[in-house]
Amino acid sequence: MIYWQLFWNFLQVGLFSFGGGYAALPLIQSRIVVQNGWLTLSEFTDLITIAEMTPGPLAINAATFVGTRIAGVGGALAASFGCIVPSLVIVSILFALYARYRRLPLLQSVLASLRPVIVALIASAGLLLLRTALFADRAISFSSLDLLSLALFAAAFIILRWKKPSPILVMVLCGTVYLGVHLLAG
Amino acid sequence: MERNPKTEPSRIRTLFTLFGVSLYISAFTFGGGFVIVTLMKRHYVDRLHWIDEQEMLDLTALAQTAPGPIAVNASILVGRRVAGFWGMIAAVLGTVIPPIVLLSIVSVFYAAFAANRYVALFLKGMQAGVAAVILDVVTGLGIGVLKQRSWLHDLLMGAAFLTALLTNVNVIWILLFAIVLGTILALVQKRRAGA
Repeated sequence: MIYWQLFWNFLQVGLFSFGGGYAALPLIQSRIVVQNGWLTLSEFTDLITIAEMTPGPLAINAATFVGTRIAGVGGALAASFGCIVPSLVIVSILFALYARYRRLPLLQSVLASLRPVIVALIASAGLLLLRTALFADRAISFSSLDLLSLALFAAAFIILRWKKPSPILVMVLCGTVYLGVHLLAG
Repeated sequence: MERNPKTEPSRIRTLFTLFGVSLYISAFTFGGGFVIVTLMKRHYVDRLHWIDEQEMLDLTALAQTAPGPIAVNASILVGRRVAGFWGMIAAVLGTVIPPIVLLSIVSVFYAAFAANRYVALFLKGMQAGVAAVILDVVTGLGIGVLKQRSWLHDLLMGAAFLTALLTNVNVIWILLFAIVLGTILALVQKRRAGA
């Protein structure tokens, strides 16, 4: 039954993708493109483009995309549910352990070492995103610098630091201004 | 975990808030797990004061260590922390509904969507805003770490930052390194206390 197959394959994607996002890509490719032939390689490339252009976790986006194309809305639900089942079980167990043992000196010490690392990882993710936003190509050079993006970033950052507006409002405004300026400039 | 002995109506309101905030965040989260975590921090730590900053970082570490999408893992943790099992269900539903609905629609006519110039321009401008949001939140978090005046943690933060930025090392190894280091530190401290 196709729903079960979708569920089962995306359950494996959810179970074995450590590190989120792009870590899931090779797994999705092997299960969906190579083993089941549910997507062609060019459809898979389209999927990545769309996943980058739409909100939400990559694995859920992939599950919905593949599910819809193979078996409609029911397929999308079966695949997405399969994708989150491992998380529901494993993360719940981790949370129970955390809630129970977080006061232990050993775990306190481990968590204290993990916190600065998490901050560093978020900072690095933010900088990589900034690079994508500011430079048209991979090379960082003045000619490929997008001055409008730079101005938007600087303005957004200052406003966010200075006042505390809704971050989502700031993001949507940046998109709107960018689109508006380009339309006006022709 | 301390759970407030809430009356039934306020508990239901909490669940609705969890669902609503998750829905709102998820609908606008472009660019991967860490974006959603920074937005969660803004909502649950800074605005609602349901979780403190240290705990949010702990939950982020757990979300990152477990398999599966970070955004889903983080909503499971926040939901459970705030309102137990049903909190988890509310937060996870809020997180997965927007991408499922959006992708179902987009996958039907994705060629037109992907080639649309206006969509591309809007998303390009939005990237600058997303970067600003992440770097704003992380500036606050980084100052928090520096204020604790632990040179070892400052060094760890700097080393992890450079490793993540300049190499292609899987993030899991960086986290494992921190776990091993934390374990060694705890053992050293225990031995010192015992001696």
